[in-house]
Amino acid sequence: MSGPAPVVDAARLADDLDAPPRGRRRERGALWAWVVVIIAITYFIVPLISTLEFSLRAAVKDPVTGEFIRPSLQAYTLVFNDPKFIDALLYSFRMALVTIAVSLLLLVPTAFWVRLKLPRLRPVVELVTLMPFVIPPVILVFGLIRTYSGQPFAIISTPLGADAVLVGAYVVLSFPYMYRAVDTGLASIDLRSLTEAAQSMGAGWPRILWSVIFPNLRSALLSGAFLTLAIVIGEYTIANFLVGTKPFGPYLSLLGQNKAYEPAAVSLISFGITWAAMLMILIVGRGGGRGRAPVTGAR
Amino acid sequence: MAFLSLSGIRKEFGEHIAVHRFDLDVGEGEFVSFLGPSGCGKTTTLRMIAGFELPTSGVIRIADEDISRKPPNQRNVGMVFQSYALFPNMSVANNIAFGLKMRKESKGAIKTRVAELLELIHLPQAADKYPYELSGGMQQRVALARALAFRPRVLLLDEPLSALDAKIRLSLRQEIRAIQRQLGITTVYVTHDQEEALSLSDRIVVMSQGRMEQVGTPSEIYNTPATEFVARFVGTLNILPGVVVDAPSGRVKVAGQELRVGSPVTAMNGSQVHVALRPEAIAIASGDVDGNLLSGTVADVTFLGSIVRIRVRLGDGSGPVAFDTFNNPHAAPPAIGAAVTLAFPPEALLVLAESATPSHALVDADGLPAT
Repeated sequence: MSGPAPVVDAARLADDLDAPPRGRRRERGALWAWVVVIIAITYFIVPLISTLEFSLRAAVKDPVTGEFIRPSLQAYTLVFNDPKFIDALLYSFRMALVTIAVSLLLLVPTAFWVRLKLPRLRPVVELVTLMPFVIPPVILVFGLIRTYSGQPFAIISTPLGADAVLVGAYVVLSFPYMYRAVDTGLASIDLRSLTEAAQSMGAGWPRILWSVIFPNLRSALLSGAFLTLAIVIGEYTIANFLVGTKPFGPYLSLLGQNKAYEPAAVSLISFGITWAAMLMILIVGRGGGRGRAPVTGAR
Repeated sequence: MAFLSLSGIRKEFGEHIAVHRFDLDVGEGEFVSFLGPSGCGKTTTLRMIAGFELPTSGVIRIADEDISRKPPNQRNVGMVFQSYALFPNMSVANNIAFGLKMRKESKGAIKTRVAELLELIHLPQAADKYPYELSGGMQQRVALARALAFRPRVLLLDEPLSALDAKIRLSLRQEIRAIQRQLGITTVYVTHDQEEALSLSDRIVVMSQGRMEQVGTPSEIYNTPATEFVARFVGTLNILPGVVVDAPSGRVKVAGQELRVGSPVTAMNGSQVHVALRPEAIAIASGDVDGNLLSGTVADVTFLGSIVRIRVRLGDGSGPVAFDTFNNPHAAPPAIGAAVTLAFPPEALLVLAESATPSHALVDADGLPAT
């Protein structure tokens, strides 16, 4: 069955033809957008490709002339076979996990309470959490060493004590990222009603936090956690002063001083780990979509 | 005997007094609504019963137990919120089971109770769904089931229908009342919608500026409003200024015309008063009629389908007086500007007491004629 014939408004068509070519302007805009994207990608990708290319230069060389013959994964093999690399990575991961746990236990109840009961204190708490941006790590670490190496808090001389101080420092460093992530998460839910609903049904504060607040902040907490992980893995100054080259940051720095190709390989590996962490945020965050729809209704 | 009792309740937020003095006894199984405009203190009073706010002074008792200072999680009071407040991370079944889990009931008992409540709210198939998969009306039914699941002593509803569209609001309103009657649970309902309060409640507390204006059955509140505020806020009464001519015989002058009042007048002769005139008692006079007569000119005629709303401006310019007549295809309504005489019995005219709140704070309800 044929429908009615399309009506062509000749006058309008003429107007359209005379008017500035909106479609062409849009095309030009899209072209510029692509140019910007390509420049940005180039800016990020070229150093990575260069690092990769350099990391593959280790070995196969002509035994007589010493000339480069073909790329190899020798730098990576050496890195993975170096027990110090694995130790440093595992140590930093352990520190990061403890830091994340302490940060969550400290900041989620704080942000929750401030939003619910002490909204006037929010600017003050926000200011406190921004302190790591104001105080350089080197100042922080000297303060920590001075405080925790003398009586009555002389704990820095024991390995466990030094680790504890390091975690404390990392918790402070993660404040701006973790607090903001948690606070944004709390802003996205109807905190007061959910809390009061749980209270009216008999729940106490620990149960409300555990069963109602934490699960509804999953994506926000994961964002904060992975940012903290990234900070801890890459941190150099505080780690180096407190525990030497045990953590990954100082290890990487030391490697750079003594080897040619391995630092490039390690950089790419740590980059890969960071990307894997980001991917996990995406996957887990999307998995948390079930039941994560905002509370509807008016307030 | 009162099951829920509020005695001398007062709530201050710094300098601001949200609730002045609130005294109310609610019987077991009774449905009481707090009705009033925004900021009248109705939700604050409800939140004090729930325990989310502590009264500055006064005592709240449930079954003779003083709960004034008890934390909300120890009051055994169910609450339904305007925003539903379902836990987004939990399924419908887990939302309903939450209160039972807090009371450490057995898994079997929880399962049975959840199924029972899903039947009660006619959503047996929704157990495994998540709140975001349900419509607003469904979410509010689940919120109601969740508040009832742990068998609370009192059920509190804070404007539960405000976020829903008109059709759902009407059906859910009937459902709430049916469930409340079926369970016989003592209920306090907060609303700013007169129709909702009138249709649902055993008794209504009309509030304004933190004060109780009147407590009574829907019929009492509508037919015999105690104050000017109640008359203005509830229903569609016409409020007119008048002067007492002869208090003992119940005679007042309105728009220069002398009228008789059905109930005794307590104000002194010559005092300025406000009178309320029920619109359903008004008819256009034809021939000789008994009762009160008021003359004026038709200011507006609105066709509303089965009824026609007529507004009449009185002789001295006061009014308009609004009333409805049935639509009669064989008799045209009076034309705008036509002179008419309105007739109504003395019982339809009430002299109103001074409002508990200053008259400048009065809020007109929808559809009320301006005075």
